[in-house]
Amino acid sequence: MSNATGSRYLLEFEKPIAKMEQEIDRLSATQANSGRDSSELIAKIRSQLTEELTRTYANLTPWETVLVARHPQRPLLRDYIRLICRDFCELHGDKLFGDDRALICGFARIAGQRVMLVGHHKGRETREKIEANFGCAHPEGYRKALQKMRLAAKFGVPIVCLIDTPGAYPGVGAEERGIAAAIATNLMELSALPTPIIACVIGEGGSGGALGIGVADEVAVMQYAYYSVISPEGCAAILWKSAEHAARAANALRLTGRDLLKLKLIDTIIDEPLGGAHRDVAAAARNVETWIGTKLRDLKRHKTDALLARRYDRLRNLGSFFTETAAPAEPEPAAPSPAPRPSAKRGRQGAKAGRAAS
Amino acid sequence: MADTPNTPSAAPRRRMEVPQGLWIRCVGCGAMIYRRILEEELHVCPECDHHYRVDARTRIRQLNDPDTFEEFLPNLESTNPLEFTDRMPYPERLAETKRQSGEPEAIVVGKGFIKGRPVIMGVMNPAFIMGSMGSVVGEKVTAAGERAAADGLPFIMVTCSGGARMMEGMVSLVQMAKTSAAIKKLNDAGGLYVVVMTDPTTAGVAASFAFLGDITLAEPGALIGFAGPRVIANTIKATLPEGFQRAEFMLERGYIDRIVHRRDLRSELARIIDYCNQ
Repeated sequence: MSNATGSRYLLEFEKPIAKMEQEIDRLSATQANSGRDSSELIAKIRSQLTEELTRTYANLTPWETVLVARHPQRPLLRDYIRLICRDFCELHGDKLFGDDRALICGFARIAGQRVMLVGHHKGRETREKIEANFGCAHPEGYRKALQKMRLAAKFGVPIVCLIDTPGAYPGVGAEERGIAAAIATNLMELSALPTPIIACVIGEGGSGGALGIGVADEVAVMQYAYYSVISPEGCAAILWKSAEHAARAANALRLTGRDLLKLKLIDTIIDEPLGGAHRDVAAAARNVETWIGTKLRDLKRHKTDALLARRYDRLRNLGSFFTETAAPAEPEPAAPSPAPRPSAKRGRQGAKAGRAAS
Repeated sequence: MADTPNTPSAAPRRRMEVPQGLWIRCVGCGAMIYRRILEEELHVCPECDHHYRVDARTRIRQLNDPDTFEEFLPNLESTNPLEFTDRMPYPERLAETKRQSGEPEAIVVGKGFIKGRPVIMGVMNPAFIMGSMGSVVGEKVTAAGERAAADGLPFIMVTCSGGARMMEGMVSLVQMAKTSAAIKKLNDAGGLYVVVMTDPTTAGVAASFAFLGDITLAEPGALIGFAGPRVIANTIKATLPEGFQRAEFMLERGYIDRIVHRRDLRSELARIIDYCNQ
């Protein structure tokens, strides 16, 4: 997607930017038709545009980031397949129930390496969106993903997961077919699957539905993607009793790459082109491709045992934000327990705390 | 669909604890029950078998041999990683919940004995922000699982939770991965892991360590599922079938091994431990 502004969907904060882009287009057209030289003016507006884009995108609020992550023209899984996968070989079906079109799997070559690609797909056109259930997978999607990932592990093929989902589908069929059990099984099995796994949130990282293919040796979030325990709207509806407080909730949830990196919950933020991935899909895809190539080369250096030990340590230490207080806040109401307690000092280093307890 | 369901919201509003007073009108059948009788019946209605929610300490007393339970990590506290504030700052909410429930967090883990059989046990606390999982719950489950693997003891987990704790955001979501990895370790070490699902077991807890049991038991009528019923009803714009997501429904669909009445839970657990030769 170049700077053609014609049919582009505009977010509120993009409107001043779009105005400049339209002006550039108009001047270019006039110049071409009339031969009058406006190149100086065009260059001036262009530099203003770059400035404005830089300024706007450097200061996106978390809620605006969510809006960019959901932008209708944001590159989707199928764009990445087209742009960075050579020889994509889709593998359908969970061999149990069906073929979920919200979660796509298959062999591919990315950055010169064989991989198993697993990713959510939202769909672009209405028909495709409906087929993909807007990227909301059912249990059969998670079971298909696990089946293909096991296949990859069997043949020593590393796994690349691209996450882009509002969440797993909250419907009757999903519950009947055990969506909770399917996601839980994936979390457990991925924690010890003997092949490198890397995961990147390319758009929306919606809760358990995202994590269901998100347990990995390396986790990245794209610059304007988000990853959250609950949608900002859902959070606002519960805590402030109205979805209108979504912006406030987005802020409170710390769901941007920058926040998640600070909390050490992810490893990398993948840069997006100026003004977001939807302004230059090819450049966004190149950045993802580079990340995949680099990380897989690094991870392949580990022997399998070391890789799995590293993965467990990583998971063991994730989100360890607790301290040990000196004494219980309240006197023990029941069950006297004079038995010795583990006395090691505890802090944010969960692994040490855990092992001291063992 | 926007309302992704990994948080306490997913739980239905049902009576949390047994109401105060000498006589209680059962929420299940409307019968008047004498309080002491209800307690003797392990907080199950003698008329209709409605299983009331019980707090972690009561449950521990019900399941373990008298005075054998030894708690692990009793004083872990969240450090408020998100500096979260909704109607009140998260540390205030924690302090208030602590005061009201008399518990430091949403789970108690430790070592106990069931009819003489040593076990590692975790019991979740519905009265503590709906049994929600943040970094402390994640750590306690993980440490207990590791301890079970190291000591070669069965791990009994009584779940009761609305899911991940919203006030810890992504920190709570990753606890799903952390706890599942610990259960995998226990599994690979040959350890027995038995889950007892009680009302409610939903969202981020259901979709992690709750649904990873070698054996999955459930109490009658317990709500078990991923998305909360209200979220589903809003998504599909229809009323849900009677009994949807209840233990009996999950048994019929093949996701539960046995539904066990509370009075039989101790002996059922002992029996399973013996069968698995642990």
